[in-house]
Amino acid sequence: MYRYDEFDARFVADRAAQFRDQVQRRLDGTLSEEEFRPLRLMNGLYLQLHAYMLRVAIPYGVLGSRQLRQLAMIADRWDRGYGHFTTRQNIQFNWPKLGDVPDILDALAAVEMHAIQTSGNCIRNVTTDQFAGVAADEIADPRPYCELLRQWSSLHPEFSFLPRKFKIAVTGAPFDRAAVKVHDIGLRMHRDAAGEPGFEVIVGGGLGRTPMVGKTVRDFLPVAELVPYVTAIMRVYNRFGRRDNKYKARIKILVHEIGVDAFSELVEAEYRAGDHAAGIELAAGEVERIAAYFAPPAYEELPEQDPGHRARLFENRDFARWVRQSTAPHKVRGYSIANISLKPIGGIPGDASSAQMRAVADLADRYSFGEVRVAHEQNLVLPNVATRDLFTLWEGLVQADLATPNLGLVSDIISCPGMDYCSLATARSIPVAQAISRRFADLALQADVGDLRLNISGCINACGHHHGASGILGLEKRGGILPDPRSAARATNAALGPAARPGLRRRRDRRRGRVRWSGSISPTGRAPGSSFSTSSGGSVSSTSRRQSMSLLKQGEWTTDHWRFVADDEPCRRPGRRSSPRRGCRATTVTISSIAAARLGARCAEPAAGRADQRRRAHLSDPEHRARSLRAPFLHRPGDDRATACRGRLGSRPGAGGASSTNKKCIKRDSGLGAVPRLFRRVGIEHCKVAVHIPAQ
Amino acid sequence: MPKIITANHLVVGDVVFLAEDGWTPVVDRAVVADDDAALQHLLDRANQAEAANIVVGPYAVEIRREGGRIVPLHYREAMRTRGPTVRPDLGHQAGLGGRP
Repeated sequence: MYRYDEFDARFVADRAAQFRDQVQRRLDGTLSEEEFRPLRLMNGLYLQLHAYMLRVAIPYGVLGSRQLRQLAMIADRWDRGYGHFTTRQNIQFNWPKLGDVPDILDALAAVEMHAIQTSGNCIRNVTTDQFAGVAADEIADPRPYCELLRQWSSLHPEFSFLPRKFKIAVTGAPFDRAAVKVHDIGLRMHRDAAGEPGFEVIVGGGLGRTPMVGKTVRDFLPVAELVPYVTAIMRVYNRFGRRDNKYKARIKILVHEIGVDAFSELVEAEYRAGDHAAGIELAAGEVERIAAYFAPPAYEELPEQDPGHRARLFENRDFARWVRQSTAPHKVRGYSIANISLKPIGGIPGDASSAQMRAVADLADRYSFGEVRVAHEQNLVLPNVATRDLFTLWEGLVQADLATPNLGLVSDIISCPGMDYCSLATARSIPVAQAISRRFADLALQADVGDLRLNISGCINACGHHHGASGILGLEKRGGILPDPRSAARATNAALGPAARPGLRRRRDRRRGRVRWSGSISPTGRAPGSSFSTSSGGSVSSTSRRQSMSLLKQGEWTTDHWRFVADDEPCRRPGRRSSPRRGCRATTVTISSIAAARLGARCAEPAAGRADQRRRAHLSDPEHRARSLRAPFLHRPGDDRATACRGRLGSRPGAGGASSTNKKCIKRDSGLGAVPRLFRRVGIEHCKVAVHIPAQ
Repeated sequence: MPKIITANHLVVGDVVFLAEDGWTPVVDRAVVADDDAALQHLLDRANQAEAANIVVGPYAVEIRREGGRIVPLHYREAMRTRGPTVRPDLGHQAGLGGRP
């Protein structure tokens, strides 16, 4: 882990002292709220719906056990005993008092942490792969470059007042776990012919109200040129980015408006104009210095297989399930990466109590060289666990209520805080996540449904990354002042496109004489290949919308109409519409796109003409297929897991492995009928998911 | 439409409502303005309180009366009177005897 040098320590301590003075001046009235707001935001302090909220940076998601214990102490002493891990690998405290914040910042500085640049129009916390440095598939460790970018961007005078916030993600592995294609700048490591590492520079991606996939402006940038080149990009953005309209100020709009070629030329011209020799030399030395902090810990020489571990796998099914779902291959023989789910069934995604933080810190000390990672999926990771220790680690996690084996399954939901905490939200999102999680509480059912990413946002700012997977976006209907359920939701599918149509409609139920919200979200199929190859003809989202809408008009997606009921609603016959229970003002969210996304593009493909040709091309190219089956930025070359899951689902229960039946099942399950068949097979009659969210 | 004034307390950050005798966390104690003149009077008081560094960002909220209780019309505002719906142990609802 990186350790602060004298300069870093003084810089952070000075900053905390400066903020203490600013808070004092605010409290005694010297500063007005208008003057104080930008100052507090630069220190990560928001005023949210119910109280202040402090967002603490966890640089590239790497935490030491000492830091995690300090976060637990802060939660107990100045907050309400818990913290919320975010999709930017940060942590938020939801109830600090203004007068306590300087003390909190001092406590953070004592463990080399801060809240600088977790808000405001500056370069935010740089994120990376949560498995950085330990992943078996990694080209090189991205953390030294993340740290270099962190130091370069911290209070950078030129880039502290950008047109809008700016987010950078780096990945060192071919399978992108850091979502680099939906960041303002995404850096993806490759090796050139000589075997030297370098970055593919992707610019102009993003989610929010205008979801876009980033475009590559440099295929290969030698690592030594990273800082000067990123500086050139920042300068072009700082100069040409729109400041007239907040909603058009992100770099993705600039890249989209002038085109990637023109943008690329501007960046190259800016880059050529400077003399970078000195900077490159300096950066190379600095990377070397930083990289020493990320030297691998003292791994033991261990055998590939541990007999004790294998015996435990046979003896204990719960443990075996956890290992299967929660561990990942480590680059060192005899070690594993252990994920810790912060998504207990029915729990709040990303929340951890102070006791849980301490438990994880203790387990990290015992089994993972004291290191913890935060994943952008709002989970924690112990990156260096000897495989032989997995069982005792698991026992410790069970005791701390942290052993839910649901990683990558339907209940591993990414959710923003939504209107329960956030002042920008238009709908609640946590209750939707909880209801879906409870509906799929049975882990065997989740395993049958298979690998499924479900993300939920409470407003179009997309903090829950709802475009990045099967997504649910909460919206407000009619000003929210109707007496009936007021949240609405719509689903988006796996493309970076909006929903084909809104999910819920206001409808008067004549029999009962009252208004209710109902309706369905059909599989909002996207046409094959539509997600990122169409940028020349308009924005990704508008193209996707056109294609989705045209499919809807053809009636492609409304033929299979099923219903899947939540646990608090009595089961009804297929075809009958259910209504909220008498006296229960509840919102119903229907999500059949879960099933559609589960089956990926296969369900969404019309079976004739050009589309069919595209489908064939698409199936014959494994890379293309993997990309379309998953969120575009979760592309894993050559990965066939999605197919394997489908095979398992298609096969009869107890039929054994998927491999022998794969092809047959895929064939049988292609087309629209796959979704209901799939769900019938796992014992669910209806495949539209309806979840009741209790009235407030 | 009757209205009340709400804001956040500067030091604590909690949601507060303008009452006869100052600011209160209990929405039922808020002063209700039934017409524009009364509302303007309340807004003037609220702006003075903001200038005096007691509260932050005061604004008016439409409400309806339900058997002596005050209920904001918008669900966002209704939620502000209570706390997060997913954590009934937090926010004003925790200190109000489990008031829905």
